[in-house]
Amino acid sequence: MASDNSQVLITGGTVMNRSGESRADVLLSSGVVERVEPDLDAKLPAASSGGPRRLVADGCIVTSSFVDLHTHMREPGREESETIATASRAAALGGYGACVAMPNTDPAQDNVAVVEFVRLQGERAGLVTVAPSGCITVGRNGTQLAPFHSMAAAGVRLFTDDGNGVQDPLIMRRALEYARELGITLAQHCEVSRLTDGAVMHEGCCSSRLGLPGWPAIAEVLMLQRDIELVRETGASMHFLHLSTARSVEIVRQAKNDGLPVTAEVTPHHISLTDEKLSSFSTLFKVNPPLRTMEDVEALRAGLADGTIDAIATDHAPHAAHLKDQDLSSAPPGMLGLQTALGVALSHSGCSPRRIVEAMSWAPAAIAGLEAAHGRDVAAGVPANLVVFTTEGTWRQTPESIVSKSTNSPYFDVDLVGRVRHVVHRGEVVVAEGVTR
Amino acid sequence: MKHLISLDDLDAAGIAGLLSTADHMVEVLGRPQPKVPALRTKTVCSLFFEDSTRTRLSFETAAKRLSAETLTFTASSSSVNKGESLRDTVDTLAAMGVDVFVVRHKTAGLPLSITRWCDARVVNAGDGAHQHPTQGLLDAFTLSRALGRGNDLSGIRVAMVGDIRHSRVARSTVRALHVLGASVTLVAPASLLPAAFVGAPTVPAGWPVEVSHNLDDLIGDIDVLYLLRMQRERMDNAFISSPGEYSAHFGLTKARLARMKKGSVLMHPGPMNHGIEVAVDLDTLADHGVTNLITRQVTNGIAVRMSVLFTLFGAGSEAIDGQ
Repeated sequence: MASDNSQVLITGGTVMNRSGESRADVLLSSGVVERVEPDLDAKLPAASSGGPRRLVADGCIVTSSFVDLHTHMREPGREESETIATASRAAALGGYGACVAMPNTDPAQDNVAVVEFVRLQGERAGLVTVAPSGCITVGRNGTQLAPFHSMAAAGVRLFTDDGNGVQDPLIMRRALEYARELGITLAQHCEVSRLTDGAVMHEGCCSSRLGLPGWPAIAEVLMLQRDIELVRETGASMHFLHLSTARSVEIVRQAKNDGLPVTAEVTPHHISLTDEKLSSFSTLFKVNPPLRTMEDVEALRAGLADGTIDAIATDHAPHAAHLKDQDLSSAPPGMLGLQTALGVALSHSGCSPRRIVEAMSWAPAAIAGLEAAHGRDVAAGVPANLVVFTTEGTWRQTPESIVSKSTNSPYFDVDLVGRVRHVVHRGEVVVAEGVTR
Repeated sequence: MKHLISLDDLDAAGIAGLLSTADHMVEVLGRPQPKVPALRTKTVCSLFFEDSTRTRLSFETAAKRLSAETLTFTASSSSVNKGESLRDTVDTLAAMGVDVFVVRHKTAGLPLSITRWCDARVVNAGDGAHQHPTQGLLDAFTLSRALGRGNDLSGIRVAMVGDIRHSRVARSTVRALHVLGASVTLVAPASLLPAAFVGAPTVPAGWPVEVSHNLDDLIGDIDVLYLLRMQRERMDNAFISSPGEYSAHFGLTKARLARMKKGSVLMHPGPMNHGIEVAVDLDTLADHGVTNLITRQVTNGIAVRMSVLFTLFGAGSEAIDGQ
């Protein structure tokens, strides 16, 4: 007799919830969690006898799937580098159940038509929830406010001009006034662009030796300070994208101590790589913000550990090979992140698996406004968006294992700890034993 | 030596070896027929994505004196502006059978990238503010030979003045002079020192130099005044107030020339900005016992570049004495 495909039983794992961890099997039915109890495996019929399909999770953590606050899916406009379908596949393999799609598409996600297109392409791919972000300004040009009311009504919760940080203080002040009124969150890429013109790497000893134009830390720090004061004035909430400097961590810590509604993220690469990587002059290591010093890396890890930094976000930024096969000034910034984020976090963050789940699932789900379906505790009645992963054993990424359309990852030939084993999205098994549906 | 990307890749013996080979090349260039067949089976391609007629001609002359075939590719005449990627360009030229690319690019690191893209040998002819290794070598060669010091510059005091921050010449020449034993002081306004110097209590690691912001403190004590080119465009991002202000404080003025030691020398990588870093008539240097080495730098550039091209092929090249 065929098994009941609508039911899935995750067996032998440790369920990780906010209240703690416990050994339990998890029965999923009709897209939701039905039962979370020990030894369900023994109590229910085998799949061959009409029982639920089994996903073996022995020695693994079972928890809510991850939510990426910062994914460049490149569609529409840059489909040679990535599509929503290929990014969705990479996300699923990385343990994600939802991704916030960055708005620097072409055309930009600055109107309802484009954000609806992005959302719909995500539904068509059917592997993760694709939550489009909206631009703060039309065309990300920093001068005309995007239609916040219309896009918020279409379900957009996070607005950002990402790579183009909003430079004009008047525009940012007005945008925050709208954000407060609408209950949406603005996300700022903190950078005073006047200080970073032509920059390709962190400004410091390494850039001085290599003769490469530097991205000074102060450019991030000054914008962060400005925007925190604007948050203090307007009362609107703001999320700070991919912090990269030690001083940024101190500033956000102080803002949180002051009770301001701010959140922050860090990327896996900013807690694992330093500017010394640019000594190879490889364009793989050109990212925005840039890889910084070991002192910054350690401060970011500490900020992640103590909760100053709320979330780990990938800044997954695929670029076709011909775009990266240029000189460092011409090559676009960015590196892949979705398939390696968990491994890098477990290997390099210094944080416990529990803190990593908090930073990769629970916190970002709330920041993205996706908490109805994502980042939930594994309990009866909750939407079945789950990840099963190991926290032990090492693996190495190979070019063949990359499912993105681009291969610009810095993580080859390095051991990564822990690996995604299964992913369930809306009750469906989209990744089983590390392979997508 | 398969490639020459940075003088940091060469140890003292490697640098001294290239200078000693350049002595042989000077001898070759002094012959009635200044040419040897050493590289007659090789093709040397100048790959210049940034204009520099002087450096390109110097390399091409060096290649011709070694009997190599020469090809010239300049960005303005190329498909770089037609949508072809940089790597496509390199692949296409490599497919024509180029043995050596001599590369100039506005961005640091591009010559090193080319070594990863094809099998040809690569000589860096200047990449961004990173390195210009043959300039460093020809400066060390010119200075040490002018002073009659062989490959030893110990005790020689050099002031290198100007836009260190943006200078590939500084990064190469400091290395070469330091390796030969000279003491180098960088003299510049703080804005034109590399970022690592800004706010640092001591000279950053990896820079075998001293630093001064006042040329007048040193001008009477140095053996070598090495002036770098000051570009007017540096006003755009407030690196300098004006060329006049810069010249008054960091240029070679009549007053400073009068204070220079007899027997000291002047160097400049060219092209020179008369009236900015050089605010005196160069013909008056001799009146003060100061030797102008600038044209000797240019002449020696050919011998040094011959030495580099010859050394790339080591034992695989034909003897230079085989005429």
